[in-house]
Amino acid sequence: MAATALSPSSSAAAQADADAGPVGGDRKWALRWAYLFLCIFAGFALMPPLYMLITGLKTSSEISAARNPWWVYHPTLANFTELLTSPVFQTFFKNSVIVAVLVVAITMLISVPAAFALSRMKFWGSGILATGVFLTYLVPETLLFIPLFKMFATFRDWTGIELINRWYVLLLLYPTLTVPFCTWIMIGYFASIPKELDEAALIDGASWTQTLMKIFVPVALPGIIAATIFAFTVAWAQFLYPLAFTTSQDQLVLSVGIATTLIRADVFNWGQIMAGALLGAAPPLIIYAFLMDYYIAGLTAGATKG
Amino acid sequence: MAQIAVRDRSAFAESRPRSTVREFFQQKSTVAFLFTLPLILLIAALVVYPAFYSIYLAMLSKRMDRFVGLANFTFLFTRETFWMVVKQSCIFAITAVIFKALIGFIVAHLVHAIPSEGQRKWRGMLLVPWVIPPALSTLAWLWLFDPSYSAFNYIIEGLGGGPIPWTGDALWARFSVILVNIWIGAPFFMIMYLAALKSVPAELYEVAAIDGASWFQKLWYITLPMMRNIIAITTLFSLIVTFANFDIVRILTAGGPIDQTHMFATWAFKLGIEGGDIPLGASISLFMVPILTIAAIFILRDINKRGERM
Repeated sequence: MAATALSPSSSAAAQADADAGPVGGDRKWALRWAYLFLCIFAGFALMPPLYMLITGLKTSSEISAARNPWWVYHPTLANFTELLTSPVFQTFFKNSVIVAVLVVAITMLISVPAAFALSRMKFWGSGILATGVFLTYLVPETLLFIPLFKMFATFRDWTGIELINRWYVLLLLYPTLTVPFCTWIMIGYFASIPKELDEAALIDGASWTQTLMKIFVPVALPGIIAATIFAFTVAWAQFLYPLAFTTSQDQLVLSVGIATTLIRADVFNWGQIMAGALLGAAPPLIIYAFLMDYYIAGLTAGATKG
Repeated sequence: MAQIAVRDRSAFAESRPRSTVREFFQQKSTVAFLFTLPLILLIAALVVYPAFYSIYLAMLSKRMDRFVGLANFTFLFTRETFWMVVKQSCIFAITAVIFKALIGFIVAHLVHAIPSEGQRKWRGMLLVPWVIPPALSTLAWLWLFDPSYSAFNYIIEGLGGGPIPWTGDALWARFSVILVNIWIGAPFFMIMYLAALKSVPAELYEVAAIDGASWFQKLWYITLPMMRNIIAITTLFSLIVTFANFDIVRILTAGGPIDQTHMFATWAFKLGIEGGDIPLGASISLFMVPILTIAAIFILRDINKRGERM
């Protein structure tokens, strides 16, 4: 079934694959078709972010004028400068940065030693625990947000410590999403390190902690970078938890701040919303642009074992 | 058992001089236990406990002062909206996953077909939808679908068509949320399939070409069998994520028009958090468990198989 639906475009691909193709011209045409379809798909992929930029560069009056929405007649950076100087937006940005950086730190502190123990120090139940970690990764946040909400409310009633509607509640919530995945891919990376390396270190009298810090962390650095990028992206992009757990304007992170505060305003200021969305998308996009290979390594490592 | 081991040794250590205490902390089992303790605590307190707690919550009355057994579930069964949500979640997840897989498969082949120097650039562009936070990119789609300023309708009207109620009409709204989900998720499939394609040995295709195999035979007898496992894992994984999706529907339609695009997650949020009926919200989200469990079992099976083979 899949194959028949694919036929027009993948025939081009499959023919281009055939290095031993009898006629060179055929291959050339196949390549042209491949590029044509790639252009169409890339256009589809890049259209929304491009439209964010187009709208972000417009004034409100130009947006409401019934002119071609795909073109900017009088480009202006007013939306961007207004946002960047607005204290509300700065608070969102600051909250997002603090939360994302701390979540990355917490995640790595928990998952790197745990992955080391699970992959190198076989102990009773380590296999089950590794599988359990992977299963936890499959539990979606949409299943847990309601019981967690009630748990934190009960926690406040018992201890008087308010967690709901405080930005730091996210430091408890996000690791449930990042730690299982990061542990899982770090187990894979650690497993690929030759056993002789840590055996030699232990024989030379290194402690387990030294073996981890001085040998495993440096050798598995690409994996650690991939895991860090993943944790940052997840923490930056999360929407459900901050939407459910934080409501005051000064406690919001960027994803929720833009989607709720700017939209709730009396007038839908789409130029500003799009500028804000683009600024919010910038940090992950910049990281991705510079560290694409690590990003993709982390992405593909999730479905493989080692 | 790890705990028992620790307790025994600590009792033992206390009766000895200090050097033994240090020795105890260098014991393999102690170190392993200490290394995994934060992970175990996190998973136990913030994943396993809430998962079971939500079963308990689902059996309470709205004000959470009375145990009502399965009354919340039977109440849901009588609601028409509930069945609509079940239907919509299934349609949404299945349609979106099929199209994501198909598009990902096609695009992976296209990228694989071009000279390898150019692949990086194209791959980089095609993965952008996956990198942008979904909540923010959905805002762009919301604006593209805007009832009065839709940029799509501008093009359609320019071509002579009538304006499309992208989020106003139930059918179109369902189409729109699925479209956005495909836009965000297809690049993930593309990357996974591309990695799988690259791991297929080129000799297989060379041998097939010598034997005069058509492109379809190569696809059917070489590519698909070699990619079978990664296709299965990616599809099942995406099924879970798509089925439990929240961001897209929440921002694009907020469940409307008249609750017709609600998924389990958005409806649970609406009733549980916004409506203040936590037990009912908990029981709604529990309905996601069966399908998630089935998908998880298959993923685990495939991953173990993969691990054995490698």
